[in-house]
Amino acid sequence: MTIAGTSSFVLNRRHLLGIEGLSHDEISGLLDLAEEFVELNRQIEKKRTSLRGRTQINLFFESSTRTQSSFELAGKRLGADVMNMAVVSSSIKKGETLIDTAITLNAMHPDILVVRHHASGAVELLAQKVDGSVINAGDGAHEHPTQALLDALTIRRNKGRIEGLTVAICGDVLHSRVARSNIILLNAMGANVRVVGPSTLLPSNVERLGVTVMRDMREGLHNADIVMMLRLQRERMNGSFVPSTQEYFAYFGLDQHKLSYAKPDAMVMHPGPMNRGVEIDSGVADGAQSLIREQVEMGVAVRMAVLEALARNLPNA
Amino acid sequence: MPMFSDRHPILLANARIIDPSRDLDFAGDLLMADGVIREAKRGIGAAGVPAGTEIMDCKGFIVAPGLIDMRAFVGEPGAEYRETLASASQAAAAGGVTTIICQPDTTPAIDDPAIVDFILRRARDTAIVHVQTMAALTKNLEGREMTEIGLLKAAGAVAFTDGAHSVTNAQVMRRTLAYARDFDALVVHQTEDPDLVGEGVMNEGEFATRLGLHGIPTAAEAIMLERDMRLVGLTDARYHAAAITCRQSLEILQRAKENGLPVTASASINHLTLNQIDIGPYRTFFKVRPPLRAEEDRVALVEAVASGLIDVIMSDHNPQDVETKRLPFAEAAPGAIGLETMLSAGLRLVNNHDLPLITLLGAMSTKPAERLGVPGGTLRNGAPADVIVIDPDIPWVLDPADLKSKCKNTPFDEARLQGRVIRTIVAGRTAYEYAPS
Repeated sequence: MTIAGTSSFVLNRRHLLGIEGLSHDEISGLLDLAEEFVELNRQIEKKRTSLRGRTQINLFFESSTRTQSSFELAGKRLGADVMNMAVVSSSIKKGETLIDTAITLNAMHPDILVVRHHASGAVELLAQKVDGSVINAGDGAHEHPTQALLDALTIRRNKGRIEGLTVAICGDVLHSRVARSNIILLNAMGANVRVVGPSTLLPSNVERLGVTVMRDMREGLHNADIVMMLRLQRERMNGSFVPSTQEYFAYFGLDQHKLSYAKPDAMVMHPGPMNRGVEIDSGVADGAQSLIREQVEMGVAVRMAVLEALARNLPNA
Repeated sequence: MPMFSDRHPILLANARIIDPSRDLDFAGDLLMADGVIREAKRGIGAAGVPAGTEIMDCKGFIVAPGLIDMRAFVGEPGAEYRETLASASQAAAAGGVTTIICQPDTTPAIDDPAIVDFILRRARDTAIVHVQTMAALTKNLEGREMTEIGLLKAAGAVAFTDGAHSVTNAQVMRRTLAYARDFDALVVHQTEDPDLVGEGVMNEGEFATRLGLHGIPTAAEAIMLERDMRLVGLTDARYHAAAITCRQSLEILQRAKENGLPVTASASINHLTLNQIDIGPYRTFFKVRPPLRAEEDRVALVEAVASGLIDVIMSDHNPQDVETKRLPFAEAAPGAIGLETMLSAGLRLVNNHDLPLITLLGAMSTKPAERLGVPGGTLRNGAPADVIVIDPDIPWVLDPADLKSKCKNTPFDEARLQGRVIRTIVAGRTAYEYAPS
């Protein structure tokens, strides 16, 4: 059995490069469409044909397991031909530039390019050189729009709304594209957003993005509805940004005790992959308040929604 | 051989003559012959000139000393594909720059008297404007060992600098300043603490945070400038801050000047006319070092030029090609070309009434000539006939295809500008004439 789609939402733009610039209605439209795919994905027959004949290339300049497989599955379930290209291991090593790669791939007429790159702005640069749609799967410390959308969907399904909720984003905000996209999206949808972390991991003037800045977990988690933990890269733990793993966990790692500062029904999120015992305790990560596994499920649905909504806007659609 | 037109007497008649070296701004005529300025006064007229004099009616135009660009990165030797002395001089002439001061950041670095000699000879043979060069302050610009300041000066180096590099070791800086003092050499230094710069690629603050780019704090500049002021206090060396970009540095400079230290400073035309917001969606042509700062810093810099706290405006000409610019922002090379646009961009400040015209022209000609001790920067009788004619009103749009520089990395790409050089005369010969396309 297949579920007939009811949402006819079209994303009236060629690319999805970031949450920045998306309207409240566009975000809601994508989340509503994603809801349909959540249902579809729980059926045995998960296939749609809306992207049949389309070619989707997942172009990853930075390695990724979950985002890439999530996009791959999303494209295949919509009927697209999906090709994965891990550029870390191929042409960049031969000296080919980002632009050359874009031009080369463009000659193969992909309809959709899903791109991840380690440099902020690189996906936008690539988008200027291709004819199809480009979806940003993470660029440097800039944006990761599908992660913010899947987080929003997860929140909405569990809390029934986003508006008015208090969301605490905790940890390495400085290096996090997930944090930036979430801050923009949550603000656009009317949530109260806090960032919590040591000053060394908070970007300069981050309050200008419309967040309250806190440097203490007790204060930062007080009355929070959602506690969103961020990954701290190993190389940043040894004295360069924080003194040690132990100290970081003591002051900023989410354990059951710190979680008790938040509302009793607060939910815990993490974009993955987790460093258990660094930013999050295993008991919390696997506990009753955790939404971490659900986030992964929502990831496929949201990416199907983004692919579908962009494809509806492609020529000859 | 460079393409010099023949040298005949020229009378620039009915002009508005501005000579910042004497604070003069008057209506009159200027006569040049034999490569020097004969006189500039009201009413020389056709009757008062030698036979064979070309008379150019300059009604509505401004006549001023040719510009002296105190900081241009050229690329010869080592990066001739980006810019040669010849191509840089063509660009200079088109921008009204009659003297280029080369920076030593070449391959090899200009840290040896033989390379100074090479630059000067090569310029003599290929360039259509005057070329002078600074020499490295430390060997290979590494900040460890001082160069042969005495011999380099004797070979013709007009000042000593590590160009875009900063000398981080305070002991090396102190000794080099003390040694330079004995030779009365001018030390020019870009102050940027590389550790505080870190991975930074643009000004630190809200905009860097939004773009997800690492920021460079203004403190990176101010801390080293403050250190240098203390070292100048210890050594009494002649010192010039190469590129001031922020309000914090201006406060330090102000104090140093009030205390009577032998200190002067430059700001680049980019920092006076652009700010960090111009970077917009990761436009790498706006990536420069030090980075474009906040609007309030830009405004403070312009005020500092107006008050004389900033002495010199330079182009910071730095040619980069598509291979180094058509990259993600963090990976792109910093730098913007500026020889051809320095004056027109500066005229924006005049047109907006932020800066008197004579101050702008002085900061681009008289002040660098005086500080470096090079000829030019004046319309006095007997001075070299390095003169420009400016149409202050002509509107034009910068088409990168018209640029003479080998590289097209201009932040004024497609910019609407008002006013430009229409004729550049170097040593009495016409090096450039504007021909609208």
